[in-house]
Amino acid sequence: MSLYLRPGNLQEALDGLARAPAVVAAGCTDLFPATERPALDGPVLDITGIKDLRGITETGDGWRIGATTTWTDITRAALPPGFDMLKQAAREVGSAQIQNAGTIAGNLCNASPAADGVPPLLALDATVELASATGTRTLPLSAFITGPRTTARRPDEILTALHIPRDAGQGASRFLKLGARRYLVISIAMVAARITAAQGRAAHVALAIGACGPVATRLPEVERALTGLPLSDLPGAIDAGQVGAALSPIDDLRGDAAYRRHAATALLRRAVAETVEAPE
Amino acid sequence: MKDMPPITLTVNGAAAQLDVAPGCRLSAALREELHLTGTKVGCDAGDCGACTVLLDGEPVCACLTPVIHAEGAEITTVEGLGAPMERLRSAFLRHGAAQCGICTPGMLVAASALLARPGTPDRNTVEEALGGVLCRCTGYAKIIDAVLDAAGATPRAEPAVAPANGVAVGARLERLDGAAKVAGTEVYGADYAPEGALWVRAIRSPHFAARFTLGDLDAFARDTGLRVFTAADIPGQNTFGTIPPFADQPALAEGAVRMRGEAVALVAGDKATVESLDPGSFPVTWEAAPELLDPPAARAPDAPLVHQTREGNILIGGLVHCGDPEGGFASAAHVAEGAAQTPYVEHAYIEPEAGAAWLDGDTLVIQACTQAPMMDRDDTARVLGLPPERVRIIPAAAGGGFGSKLDLSVQPLIGLVALKTGQPARMTYSRRESMSSTTKRHPAIMRARIAADATGRLTAMEFDGDFNTGAYASWGPTVAVRVPVHASGPYAIPNYHAEARAVHTNGPISGAFRGFGVPQAAILQETLFDELALKSGIDRLAFRRLNALPEGGRSVCGQELHGVGIGECLDALQARWDAAAQEAEAFNATHPGRKRGIGIASCWYGCGNTALPNPATIRVGITPQGQLKLHQGATDIGQGANTVITQICADALGLPIATFELVGPDTALTPDCGKTSASRQTVVTGNAALMAGRALRARILAMTNMGEAARIALHPGAVSVSEGDQTRRIELAALKADANGYALAAEETYDPPTHALDENGQGIPYAVYGYGAHLAEVEVDLALGTVRVHRLTAAHDLGRVINPLLAEGQIEGGIAQGLGLALMEEYIPGRTENLHDYLIPTTGDMPRIDTILIEDPDPEGPFGAKGLGEHALIPTAPAILNAIRDACGAKVTTLPALPHRVLAAIRDAEQTP
Repeated sequence: MSLYLRPGNLQEALDGLARAPAVVAAGCTDLFPATERPALDGPVLDITGIKDLRGITETGDGWRIGATTTWTDITRAALPPGFDMLKQAAREVGSAQIQNAGTIAGNLCNASPAADGVPPLLALDATVELASATGTRTLPLSAFITGPRTTARRPDEILTALHIPRDAGQGASRFLKLGARRYLVISIAMVAARITAAQGRAAHVALAIGACGPVATRLPEVERALTGLPLSDLPGAIDAGQVGAALSPIDDLRGDAAYRRHAATALLRRAVAETVEAPE
Repeated sequence: MKDMPPITLTVNGAAAQLDVAPGCRLSAALREELHLTGTKVGCDAGDCGACTVLLDGEPVCACLTPVIHAEGAEITTVEGLGAPMERLRSAFLRHGAAQCGICTPGMLVAASALLARPGTPDRNTVEEALGGVLCRCTGYAKIIDAVLDAAGATPRAEPAVAPANGVAVGARLERLDGAAKVAGTEVYGADYAPEGALWVRAIRSPHFAARFTLGDLDAFARDTGLRVFTAADIPGQNTFGTIPPFADQPALAEGAVRMRGEAVALVAGDKATVESLDPGSFPVTWEAAPELLDPPAARAPDAPLVHQTREGNILIGGLVHCGDPEGGFASAAHVAEGAAQTPYVEHAYIEPEAGAAWLDGDTLVIQACTQAPMMDRDDTARVLGLPPERVRIIPAAAGGGFGSKLDLSVQPLIGLVALKTGQPARMTYSRRESMSSTTKRHPAIMRARIAADATGRLTAMEFDGDFNTGAYASWGPTVAVRVPVHASGPYAIPNYHAEARAVHTNGPISGAFRGFGVPQAAILQETLFDELALKSGIDRLAFRRLNALPEGGRSVCGQELHGVGIGECLDALQARWDAAAQEAEAFNATHPGRKRGIGIASCWYGCGNTALPNPATIRVGITPQGQLKLHQGATDIGQGANTVITQICADALGLPIATFELVGPDTALTPDCGKTSASRQTVVTGNAALMAGRALRARILAMTNMGEAARIALHPGAVSVSEGDQTRRIELAALKADANGYALAAEETYDPPTHALDENGQGIPYAVYGYGAHLAEVEVDLALGTVRVHRLTAAHDLGRVINPLLAEGQIEGGIAQGLGLALMEEYIPGRTENLHDYLIPTTGDMPRIDTILIEDPDPEGPFGAKGLGEHALIPTAPAILNAIRDACGAKVTTLPALPHRVLAAIRDAEQTP
């Protein structure tokens, strides 16, 4: 039987990780499917016993989402409309069963190209907080996920929280996921859009696309092109070429690359249109 | 690790201490340590939800929950009592929401969390709450209805009243075997654990084709403490197969494998050691060989042979020819020609294969999930070198089968271990193992052309199909024979030529899957019919009605048919067809980016083996104490044989259902009723039950010298017979009990009358056919190519509806599988061996379903009844494809119609004037 640690405080966890590498476990919704065995292969460091790591709090400059906050926690939290897309994504993760166990940090650390949480968090300008026995650092989410199943997390680090700046809570937002069935489905493509309006124009635009490349990505050129335009012009102003240029999709059993490029643009237009229509 | 403190859980209100690893799956702990086997395991990956339990009131997958996360929390399993669970159990029974029952515990638990929430849920809320639990039998409709009922959102469905003598047939009865399914106490293959059982695991090929050499097995056994078994240990003939003349599959491969997932050895020992074994450490050396993965490769002139005796890698071909096809095409006004391709389709029952074996004296007993106990017995006995009577098969409850559990899986493997060691043995396939090693629906590459005259009457049809039968024969011969017989659809086609071949490859074995190739053929035939109707300028429903087989008409096999209900089925859809067309037109006028369309397709299907004997025998007896027992050997895999066969026998005998006690299936206790396949049990075993019931009744009436209208009643130790004011009694103790211990008994055998097919496929392949037609209404998103089926109306001719509740369940479930076939299901060997890459419909994917049951009695069927099981999925996929085309012009010819394929077809249609 292999080692399984479930410390009650962060320092103990970080000290343990500093001594010996371990699989960091939280909701376990990605760890168990990766094995056919009846128990997790160790050594395992389970961080769900650390109470401080779960929950959403308002801070001086925005919001802090603890690492082991579940998708259900997010769905039920009182948050401004900029988070609507994150809540919508939370309800699209697997099933209610998965949402009750799966955590936001687990979704990021697992770093699937089709992770539902990543596009909305990118569009929320999220940064991740990484703690180790020697200190704490923060990274923009876009710098944290470095490729399919790879992140900037060092083996001695724990992703302890996400931070969302106050400005990002503003605006209306929308998340759309495209899959071949309604529930329990891995995305063919997904988009997140957050738009802050001023005097009927787009003052700030944040757009992100997932499952269309090795990592989900923001669309800075498209965002720039849309900024300042009248809200009703936004969907039509999305340039398919510009969107496509930001993506590097693959052919797989869920869809081919050309389709993904096309669908991403179509979904983005739809998400932006729905965002613009949404009451702020 | 002995210094690990025990973990304390609170399960269903009681505290329990467990000596398990903190990272152990909660599902494993509940099942193996606490013996709460109501929590089912279908995938160990959170994909199926069968293991759903409540953790502090919230549903989670127990397979994804480390047991330590449950410490200090309240866990509720299906066994846990509570008011919501009781309401749900009752509603599930009244609505027929449990078929095989394997998903039922997960559904009940997920639903109980919903019911605990404030407010009354609506349909969408229920769909979302149940979206994480997969069901492969029901199509979800009755489950959702049951939850709405239990929640008080819809009026309570009243349970069917227990029918009196003689009126059981036709009653909307709850299934007789439902109580255990909703209580979580039903025993499936993985649920019975004989004391001291060895855990068995197979070592399987990672290659599609390879030679292999086994290394030092003794050293491996010594090092691991495990027992090892290989082909060399097999005492009998190391070959099995469902059709004896074609049997070709080894229980354990000898020197070479023909497919990925083929077993080459077994290891057996204590569970923990076996489960922790890295299969890569097993001493076997592989030498990969060239692999053939599709029929074009397998039929290439220089292709290696998968089986040396099968030239050109052709297992067998089937042919039906009638009239003068060339002449029919020459005289035609319109011809439609096309091709279609379908993929491997996985049965995706939620229960992976599992079972246990042990020795009872010198009899080897195997309790495993199956659809065919007697075939299992004979094949296992042959492999293990035992006379058949020394093998006893007790079918465990089957958590779905749909054709795949007709073939042997764990039986010869656990049987070998039990026989060789003298110890009980258990085996449960992992989801990956189940998907990679068991049978699939045949992928088909088909082309056809169909012709009609200027009035729209069909004049000729040609069909040709290669069906990828994979590495071993299984049911390939059946597919090759059934397809040409059925590819006409239920239509009158005077000139016809159809060929189908079962082609060997190194792909997964293609076997039986609900329809035996007929659903694939119907996809091409019915989509070409739409093209012909369009070319003829005739409404698509009217075109089918015009060409539907008439009463007394002849099939393409030359068989004169009676009780032909296809015309009535099509007529029954007319009203919805007209309304749906108008609704779609109105919708389309106001929705530029989304288009609705409607489509129709028909089915027919012959019940029972194709021109081969397939008898069933039913025994019914009354004990000296006055207990009535029905030996019912037709395996109920959820379709309802336990209930339907009893209903038939009850009315034949003239006693109420409640007096019957069911025995079996069990090869030691029940006469052979044959396999549960080919939509044959209601017709074939039903007829045996009818005959046995009537025979027993006749004997009782003769003994009392009473007339046909007399009323029989059971009493302790006696049978009474009354007519008018006369009552006579038979004192059972006075009668000499027969060899089975019955004072009175009857045993009857029925074999459907068929006639062998000649070299042109002419003859009488089946005694009874069933008919049906589906109307699909879909909406296509033109920008994304996504398809939503929002309504489906199904009309089926059942001859006589034995149990409308169960019949609707069969139809709704068939539609779900047909919808999956049309829109999402594609098994890619080596890539989709799980239930998140291989998709089946969820609660949110199913349309509203309206079922219309037609009764055009069959002269041969019991009380006029026809089969239904397979019919129900055949028309769904072509109806959906026809509706997609109607909506947006997209002709999808490679299935499934995934969004990227639909979008490409929309583009093609735009470019074709």
